[in-house]
Amino acid sequence: MDANRSKQYPLHRREVVSALLDQRGDMLVVAGLGASAWDITAAGDSPLNFPLWGAMGGAVSLGLGLALAQPSRRVLVVTGDGEMLMGLGSLATVAMQKPPNLAIVVLDNERYGETGMQATHTAGDADLAAMASAAGFSTSTTVRDNHALELALPRIRNGQGPVFYTIKICAEDLPLMLPPKDGVQLKRRFRQALLGSDAPA
Amino acid sequence: MTQPDIVTWSDAVFETLMTYKIRQVVYVPDAGHLHLINRCLQSDHVIAVPLTTEEEGIALLAGAWLGGERGVLLMQSSGVGNCLNMLSLTRVCQMPLLMLVTMRGEPGEYNPWQVPMGENTEALLTTGGVRVFPVSRSDQLEQTVETAAAMVFGGEAAAAVLISQRMLGVKSFEQ
Repeated sequence: MDANRSKQYPLHRREVVSALLDQRGDMLVVAGLGASAWDITAAGDSPLNFPLWGAMGGAVSLGLGLALAQPSRRVLVVTGDGEMLMGLGSLATVAMQKPPNLAIVVLDNERYGETGMQATHTAGDADLAAMASAAGFSTSTTVRDNHALELALPRIRNGQGPVFYTIKICAEDLPLMLPPKDGVQLKRRFRQALLGSDAPA
Repeated sequence: MTQPDIVTWSDAVFETLMTYKIRQVVYVPDAGHLHLINRCLQSDHVIAVPLTTEEEGIALLAGAWLGGERGVLLMQSSGVGNCLNMLSLTRVCQMPLLMLVTMRGEPGEYNPWQVPMGENTEALLTTGGVRVFPVSRSDQLEQTVETAAAMVFGGEAAAAVLISQRMLGVKSFEQ
């Protein structure tokens, strides 16, 4: 294990997420707890964001339920390596359903960022893209630089899903960008923006 | 309890779920849910999703609700412990959650490893913010599922119907 190598990775998480969401259109965005939720908020808070403040390991499953319910909308799950590692089984669940509108992006800094930057298993030999591939994803790639990111962006936005991208990002401390914390408010604004003010119960 | 009884109440539960416009049926299998799961897999109105662990279903159904669809989680009592942290999502966001839980570990259980979760199912779910509706007679199940579904989708609440081992007629009581 090399606990320091991710400090040298050239991609920065806020720039990556900003690029991901730059042309989001009517995309529905779910973020795993911690830095991923701060990242999508830094790119611009939206009622069609659903940032998790807990429920670790559940981001991909939540994205799957949303993607199945809204087959005409693109659903993007942005999460971290620690959150993904806690919900690896959900990759097999997604791959069995094969929702064509679901994209999963793991921002992999090989750290548990919220708890003191301890190494995660991806700082060792765990390979999330290989795990997704083995779970049944036909598109599963690791992105390590700007060139690969440019190639990946259109497939994350529009490619035949489900797609899985692990983006290796620099381990860095960034200012917090907190989304609303009230879960009921996050739910209500999301459903109203997506389903209308008379959202069916 | 005989197999035809299970088929009868499973059919009744399925029809109740359809009445409540349940679309996503997510499950970790149990022998007691076998017929209901098969009905769901054969239905054009249902997306049936097998899970690798029960908490996936909690998060998945929250996503379904955000997207405007209703769902149900089918599981057995041995999985309730797996759900606890994910139930914070249900509670904090007041997500509707309907669970149908087949019981193991009740008196007469032949497998002692089923007992710790089985005898604490009500307590664990209640701790997690889920209202529990235990049912021990098949003639009461349909009405109880309807009551729970009305509560869940009418008030964005969480409820679990616990289906007694006595109604399941599975091998556990014969071994």
